[in-house]
Amino acid sequence: MRLLIKNGRVIDPASKTDEILDVLIDNSRIANISKDIKNGSSQIIDATGKIIIPGIVDMHVHLREPGREDKETVLTGTLAALKGGVTSVLAMANTNPAMDCPESLDILKQIIKKSAKCNVYICAAITKKRQGRELVNIARLKKSGAVALSDDGVSVDEKVLFSKAVKKAKQSGILIICHCEDLRLSGGGVMNLGAVSTRLGLKGIPRESEYKRVERDIILAKETLGSVHIAHVSCKESVDIIAQAKKKGAKVTAETAPHYFTLTEEAVSGYNTNMKMNPPLRTQADRQAIIEGLKSGVIDAIASDHAPHTVNEKDVEFDRAEFGTIGLETSLSLGITELVDKNILTWPELVKKFCLNPSKILKIDKGTLRAGADADIAIVSADKEWTVDKKALISKSKNSSFLGRKLKGIVEYTICRGEIVYKYGIHR
Amino acid sequence: MKDKAQVLDQETISRTLMRIAHEILEKNKGTDDLCLVGIRNRGVYLANRLAECIRKIEGKDVLVGALDITLYRDDLTLIAEQPIVHKTEIDFDINDKNLILVDDVLFTGRTIRAALDALIDFGRPRSIQLAVLVDRGHRELPIRADFAGKNIPTSANERVEVRLEETDGKDEVVLGEDD
Amino acid sequence: MTNTAWTRKDLLGLEDLSREEIELILATAETFKEVSTREIKKVPALRGKTVVNLFFEPSTRTRVSFEVAAKRLSADVINIAVETSSVKKGETLIDTGTNIQALKADIIVMRHNCSGAAQVFAQHVDLSVVNAGDGWHEHPTQALLDIFTLKEKLGKIEGLNVTIVGDIAHSRVARSNIWGLSKLGAKVTVCAPKMLIPAGFEVFPAQVTHNLDEALAKADAVNVLRMQFERDGQTAFPEQMEYFRNFGITEERIAKAKKNILVMHPGPLNRGIEISSEVADGQNSVILEQVTNGIAVRMAVLFLVAQARDRKNAIANKKRPRN
Repeated sequence: MRLLIKNGRVIDPASKTDEILDVLIDNSRIANISKDIKNGSSQIIDATGKIIIPGIVDMHVHLREPGREDKETVLTGTLAALKGGVTSVLAMANTNPAMDCPESLDILKQIIKKSAKCNVYICAAITKKRQGRELVNIARLKKSGAVALSDDGVSVDEKVLFSKAVKKAKQSGILIICHCEDLRLSGGGVMNLGAVSTRLGLKGIPRESEYKRVERDIILAKETLGSVHIAHVSCKESVDIIAQAKKKGAKVTAETAPHYFTLTEEAVSGYNTNMKMNPPLRTQADRQAIIEGLKSGVIDAIASDHAPHTVNEKDVEFDRAEFGTIGLETSLSLGITELVDKNILTWPELVKKFCLNPSKILKIDKGTLRAGADADIAIVSADKEWTVDKKALISKSKNSSFLGRKLKGIVEYTICRGEIVYKYGIHR
Repeated sequence: MKDKAQVLDQETISRTLMRIAHEILEKNKGTDDLCLVGIRNRGVYLANRLAECIRKIEGKDVLVGALDITLYRDDLTLIAEQPIVHKTEIDFDINDKNLILVDDVLFTGRTIRAALDALIDFGRPRSIQLAVLVDRGHRELPIRADFAGKNIPTSANERVEVRLEETDGKDEVVLGEDD
Repeated sequence: MTNTAWTRKDLLGLEDLSREEIELILATAETFKEVSTREIKKVPALRGKTVVNLFFEPSTRTRVSFEVAAKRLSADVINIAVETSSVKKGETLIDTGTNIQALKADIIVMRHNCSGAAQVFAQHVDLSVVNAGDGWHEHPTQALLDIFTLKEKLGKIEGLNVTIVGDIAHSRVARSNIWGLSKLGAKVTVCAPKMLIPAGFEVFPAQVTHNLDEALAKADAVNVLRMQFERDGQTAFPEQMEYFRNFGITEERIAKAKKNILVMHPGPLNRGIEISSEVADGQNSVILEQVTNGIAVRMAVLFLVAQARDRKNAIANKKRPRN
């Protein structure tokens, strides 16, 4: 099947392309990108006035399957992804069973094969049952198809164990993703420690619990000559530490999530449990530092940390609510609204954070529109506005921090491996 | 409210109160065991004025109390404005007194019903008699005034407003209509 | 008296209230105080209404005070004590709320160990919700009765220096008092060991000191918080005797303070831990008056929220107001 996308603004940082072009797709791959491609019996999408970008690679997604299908499934999660222009997700390991052995990976791979609507990559655990005691067999998991390792949700507290994990990961050529949190400092906390937690009478999570662990993980990685990726960076000190480390040549990359460059701890006022996440929303100064970090390149990638939870788990006392917000459907729009529209990032820079950099970090062949690449594409109307409405969300869970918020930018088409899998409002 | 007509002027009000004072004294045979309790707000001012009249006539002081009936009303949700609870100040024992309950306008009788309930929580007077400046009819309960300054026949959508020097800057009773 | 109308169906905290609203509660409480001096200590203002005391955390004093207040207003009172542990496994907070609503209750007086619980609850029910203490967040009626007592004793709040001593970090009483007092123009100083002053405390309109003698020197009143050394376990806590030495309210300290300094305590007292018996029972203490005033203040609050809810419902049902 041939598909021709005409007259769109093609943005592909990998090839430094940013101009009005046509894109020809032939049999799941991009066949040609140039001006005025003649229509040879192909299906045509008129993309005049629209932006054509590589499909988003979201490297931090909780699909919850297997184990918590009441929150999300591979099917519902990937459908939500398509609505947000996301064509590849990295599924986190904190499922039940956890992704700590080839057998568990096989279960997930079967589910993916059966029901995934976009590319799903697997992040395996670092330790068995994510308990921080015993390392998984990294080489075997790599062989089973894992592209990264993370105990996301918890950090590996044991220094020696963590060092060993970094060393083995290096040998196997697999990425370690660090959830940086020292539970001895953050335990029992439910929001950022500071003025708002004090006003609301909620137990605070000190910023030290994050950045001290960022610091430790980077140091341990450096000692072992390995590399690490820091997940969901939320505070200024973390950004500073990563900046320093990068300057000194450490092999470290970092991601943040849209809520950290959009919201602050003030959003928790009113005890809205959709604003409860881990790491917590921080202060205005932190938000500013995250924005600066994105601008300067200290923060390489934007990932949603899509964390679905049921109504039962969110519609409760703030102390008892689960941590997390969903994000697949709002991620790109928040990037446009908060970063491009406010002149913090240019469109090509935004595409780098969403598509190219995550692909490079994960060493997967995605995130670009060059000829020959997989035809994973999102076509976006950058100026169209929409309001996040609970009822219109695709994700099985509706715990979005952005309900009721007006955002800019809608995904008109999502194309995955050459097929139109989503056309505004309709999944195919 | 739109004013339609003045029904009583200052002089008539003074004369009327003096007449009521005479009637009270006549019926109760003097000031022994007599006390006055006004219903907030205007009833209290009227009670004070009646006490003044009695002093002029008899040369004797009578006890005056103030009763707030907000907590005893049966129509709190129906009145237009949020009620503000005021203090009840009855600093004397009402047991075995001849108690004159004073209010400005007698209408449905519900205010008086509430006032009676409140008074009974304070004690057991020998008698309770009712004095009002204006009786405008339309009773919804079996209550009547023992002493009425003036009977003013009204229609249901009309309103009678008693204005007093102390609260409104001048004494008058006007008949008005809801806007 | 103020002319502000009370339009809230709930009382969740003092942070959201205006000065005028607080003054209205205090003025209303003054009239209710008289009711408790009568032979028949009862008015029919809430006759036919049902007040549910829903306590997720044990508390005898506050519950009894609300119960007496509701009964003096002729309301029917139901007490429900919920074991927090069973809540976790069983019914959710919202379910509990909607169930009580289905019983056609009118007011829920709620005590909960989670901050914000009353607020979440109030969003899900159309009953009136009165917060009787939520976590470390607010305990509005306690602060109102403290302020009422201060005003009654000292004639005003504007310009007073009030010191609050104790575990500020974990105290809802402190938070509500700071909001209420500062809105009425008092100067509030909190005094505690460093570890008991929470991070970001600057958000509160209050001075901080770690020196009790200094804090007492200019104080017109001192509100002594109950110290709970058993709480938490994780955060650092001062040693008990050392706390009493540095922050205990003793006769010697009161002797050095202003002559008529008022000593308040929300109860229950820990004699010899945060306050000495001599001071608790001494002439500066107004602790028992606080208890008495608590009833009047709670009557006022119950009356006002019930009125506001009734009026809201009446308007919703388009009942035409009549005079």
